[in-house]
Amino acid sequence: MNYMSKTLKEIHEDLVKGNITSDDLIQESLKKSHELQEKCNAFVTILDNAKGVKITDNILSGIPYGIKDNYSTKGILSTGSSNTLKDYVPFFTATAIENLEKAGAVAVNKTVMDEFGMGGTGTTGHTGIVRNPWDTSRMCAGSSAGSACAVAAGVYPYATGSDTGDSIRKPAAYCGIVGYKPTYGMISRYGLFPFASSLDHCGVLSRCVEDAAIVVDNMKGIDKNDMTSWDSSKIHLHDSLNGQVKGKKLCYIKEICNIENYPNASAELKKHLENFQATITKCRDLGMEVEEVSIDQKLLNALASVYVVISCAEATSNMSNLTGIIFGPRAEGKNYIDMMKNYRTEGFSPLIKRRFVIGSYVLQAQNKNRYFFNAQRVRRLLVDEWKKLYEKYDAVILPVGSGPAKHLDGSLDILDENTQVLEEHLQVGNFGGFPSITIPNGFVDNLPVGVNITGNCYDDANVLNIAYALESVMDYKNQIAKEVK
Amino acid sequence: MDNYKVLIGLEMHCEISETNTKVFSSAANNYNGLANSNIRPVDMAFPGTLPVVNKEAVKKALMASIILNCKQPEYMYFERKNYYYPDLPKGFQITQETKPAPVGIYGSLSYECGDLIKTVRINNIHLEEDAASSDHYATCSTIDYNRAGVPLLELVTYPDFHSADEAVAFLETMRSIYQYAGISEADSKKGQIRCDVNVSIMDKNLDETDEKNWGTKVEIKNVNSFGGVRDAINYEIERQIELKESGEYDKMEQQTRRFDEETGTTIYMRSKVDAIDYKYFIEPNIPKFKISKEWLEEIKKSIPELANERKEKYINEYGISAYDAKILVKEKSIADFYEDTLKLGANPKSTSNWVTSIILGYLNKNEMEIKDMYLTSQMLFDLIKMVEDGKISSKQSKEVFYKVMEDKKEPNMIVSELGMKQIGGEDEILKIVTEVLDEQPTAIETYKQGRTNIVDFLVGQVMKKTRGQANPAMTRNMMISEIEKR
Repeated sequence: MNYMSKTLKEIHEDLVKGNITSDDLIQESLKKSHELQEKCNAFVTILDNAKGVKITDNILSGIPYGIKDNYSTKGILSTGSSNTLKDYVPFFTATAIENLEKAGAVAVNKTVMDEFGMGGTGTTGHTGIVRNPWDTSRMCAGSSAGSACAVAAGVYPYATGSDTGDSIRKPAAYCGIVGYKPTYGMISRYGLFPFASSLDHCGVLSRCVEDAAIVVDNMKGIDKNDMTSWDSSKIHLHDSLNGQVKGKKLCYIKEICNIENYPNASAELKKHLENFQATITKCRDLGMEVEEVSIDQKLLNALASVYVVISCAEATSNMSNLTGIIFGPRAEGKNYIDMMKNYRTEGFSPLIKRRFVIGSYVLQAQNKNRYFFNAQRVRRLLVDEWKKLYEKYDAVILPVGSGPAKHLDGSLDILDENTQVLEEHLQVGNFGGFPSITIPNGFVDNLPVGVNITGNCYDDANVLNIAYALESVMDYKNQIAKEVK
Repeated sequence: MDNYKVLIGLEMHCEISETNTKVFSSAANNYNGLANSNIRPVDMAFPGTLPVVNKEAVKKALMASIILNCKQPEYMYFERKNYYYPDLPKGFQITQETKPAPVGIYGSLSYECGDLIKTVRINNIHLEEDAASSDHYATCSTIDYNRAGVPLLELVTYPDFHSADEAVAFLETMRSIYQYAGISEADSKKGQIRCDVNVSIMDKNLDETDEKNWGTKVEIKNVNSFGGVRDAINYEIERQIELKESGEYDKMEQQTRRFDEETGTTIYMRSKVDAIDYKYFIEPNIPKFKISKEWLEEIKKSIPELANERKEKYINEYGISAYDAKILVKEKSIADFYEDTLKLGANPKSTSNWVTSIILGYLNKNEMEIKDMYLTSQMLFDLIKMVEDGKISSKQSKEVFYKVMEDKKEPNMIVSELGMKQIGGEDEILKIVTEVLDEQPTAIETYKQGRTNIVDFLVGQVMKKTRGQANPAMTRNMMISEIEKR
C-alpha cells in the first residue's frame, strides 16, 4: 500500500470511490512514521491511537498529516522540542490546527524541530537530531526539520510548519519538497509557540504546490484570538491555480545570484547557481519576463544581523513565560527566583541561552538605539527595497541556500563567508510578511536543491500560481526521498 | 518646615472596573470571586496565547484622557515592560510608554483643596494590565490569576503638589471622576487604587519653576490608601527636613522606598543605580490602530455629568445650599439616589434634607453603603409624598423610615401596620372639632377674652380623640374659624 506518496486530490478520489478507507490511510501513515523514526528521528510523538474520520467534500477529510511540535494541541504532548516543556500537555488547540480538524484532517504525529524554532539545522531538539531522508549523514535544515523529513519520506502528503527566518522554506529545499509560508496574518498564530512574534508565520510543507494551496486554504482565516490575522475569505488559493503565467514579471538579485560574487565558490555552489539559471530559462520558456536587478550590497549584508537582533530581542521576551511555575517541569529551589533560574538553566540548550543573552543585550537601555532600533530601521529599508521591486515585478525569484543539505558533521562542509547573504536572504520574507514559497528545482550531487519565489503581501494567489506553473515544467513535483547513500 | 518648599508628584493606578472583560483577554473583569475562576489561557501565559485589545477599556481610557485635558494619540500602540515576578505570568506587562504616545499626554486638572481651586499638570495617562495577586503564608505563597489582565489606568502627574492635603484632595477628585464617568468603582478597599508618591524638598526662596533647584527625588512605592498617601508624604517631608537640618541631605541619593502601613514610616528599597531596565519594546502582537477623530468626538459626547457639574446644578437650579450640594455629590451612588428620587417628581429641597441628614446619618451610624440600603428612591418618594399629601405627619415619616430600614418592608405597609394615617378629610375633622367645642364651652369663653393660645389645648383634645391622626394644621385652622362662628 502506498497511498501516502500520492497527492491530496488522488487520495481524496480513492477515498470517495471507496478504494481505501481513512483508517487504512492512517495505519499506513503510522507504519511509515515508525519506520522513519528509526531512520531519521523525525517525531516527538507518534499518535498510535489516531482514528479515521468520515469522508466529506473537503479534500483533506480523512487524510493523515503531521503537526510541528510548536503547535498547541489539546490533550497531546506539545514540547516545542524543548526540555522546558517536555511534559506539557496543552488544554487548547491552535486555531490553524482546529481549522484543519474541522476540515477532517487527521493528525498522526508531532514533528521534531529546532528548540522553539530557534535554529536552522534540525539538530537542537530535545529528542535528538533529525536526519535527511535522502542522505542520513546530512541535515534537513530547520527548524521545521521533522515535518520536512516526513513529507519528503512519504509519511503523509503534508505537515504544518512555522517560519520565522526560513524555517519552512529552507528545510523544504534540503528535502526536495514544497514549503510555503503565506502573507503574515493569513493563518492565525493563536496556539503557535512564539519565537519572534513580528516574524513568526504558520505554513505548510508538501510535495506539490497544489497540495500547499489546498492545505493553506483550510488553515487560514481571521481569528478573534489573533489581532494580526486578517480576513482572507475572498482569497481561494486552490481555485486560483490556473498555470497561466504568460506576461508575469519576475526578477532576481544580481548580488545574490551572480557566481562572480563568490570568488571561492565550491563546485556545489557553482552547480547550484547554474541550476538556478536553468530554472530562469524555464520561467522565460513559460512566457514570463525575468530581469536581473541590483540591490545595494551593504544593505544585503546587514540582513543577517537585523534578523539576529530582532528575533533574539523578541524571543527573550516571548520566552519569559517559561518559568516552570505554571507549566513545564517545575524546578527545585529555595525561592521562586532560584526555581526559575534552575528550571531555565536545566531546560534550555546553550544555543538558546546564547540568543537570550543577545536579545537582552540589544534591548538594554544603553544599547537599544545602537542595536534594536537600528535593526528595525534597516528592516524597514530592506522591506521598502523589496516593495519597490513589487511595483514592477510580480515576484522575486532566488536560489535557496548555497547548495544541497549540509552534513551533520560540520567539518565536512566547506565554510565560505561570502555565501552568507545567499544563505539568509529568505528572512526578508519574514521582515515584510511576504508570501513566499520554495519548490524543488533540481539536484546537485544527487541531492535536491530548491528555488524560492516571494511576492508582495496579500498576493499569495499570484505567487502560488507562478510556482505552480514552474513546477509543472520541471520533474520534481511529488518526488519522494530516495536514499542516495 | 517654614524654610522649605515641598514638591510632590503622584503616580495613581486605578483599575477600570466597569468593563465586562479584561484588557487583553476575554475572561471576566472581576477578581472578587473564587480564586483562579476568571481566567483564560492568556491570563496565565500558556504558550501560544495572544493578547486581544478590549475596545471598551480603550474607550474608557480615552475618556479619562479627555477629562484630564490630555492630548490623545493618532495611533494606539502598546509596549512590553519586561521583568520577572511570580505575579506576572508572561514575564512582561503590556503597557504604554510615553514614546510613542499613550492614551493621554500633557494635560491638566483643576481640583478643590479646602476652599481653594488648584491645578495640577498631568504628564501622561496610560492603559495597561494588572498583575496577578499573591498571598504569602509561613511555608508557601499562593497566586490568584483572576486579577491578571484587569485593565489598569496609570496617571502620572508633575510634582505640582506642595502638601499632603493637596495630593489627597487631587486623589479624591480623581476618584470622583472615575466613579462619575463610569470608569471605575475606584474603591481603595478593594485594592482598585494604588499610588506611588515622589517627594522632594527645596529651599523656600528658590524658584520652583527651575528644575535645577529641585531637591533629590524620593519615590515611595505601593501606597494603597489615601490615608497612607497622607502619612507617607508627611513622614517623608519630616525625614528629609531632618536630613537637611543635620547637613546630610546632599549625601542622600535618588532612591525608592516603600511605605510601611503599620509604623507609618518609609523604608529604603533601592537606589536609582539599581533601577530595573525594563527593556521596553512595541508589543508585536497588537498592530497599531488609528484613533479616529469621530470616535474621540463620540467618546467626548458620552462623558456623563461629573460631580462638579452636578453640584452646580443642585445649587443653581434646585436651590440647595453649597454645603449640602457638596455632601450630595461626594459619592456618586448618593448623588444618583438623590437624582433618581427627583426623577419620580420629589421636591429637590425636601429630598436633599432627607438624604443629607436622615439617610446619610443612618448609613454612617450603621456603617452601611447606600447600595446596601433597603429603602429605594421610589420608597423615599412615597414617604415624602405621604407627608406632602398630609397622609402622615413629618414626625411620623421619620418613624416610618427607621421601621422600613429595620423591617425591610415598604413604607405603605409600615404605615398601615402601625395604623398610622392622618385624618385629612374636612368633614371628619369638623365633626371632631365640633364635638370638642361642645364639650368645652369655657374654653370658647377664654378664647374670646383674648387668650388665644387656648387653641393649642383644643387642638390637643382633637389629637387625643384621633390618636394623633388629624392633620394638625388643618385642625388648627378649622378650630379657629369654628370658635369665631360661635
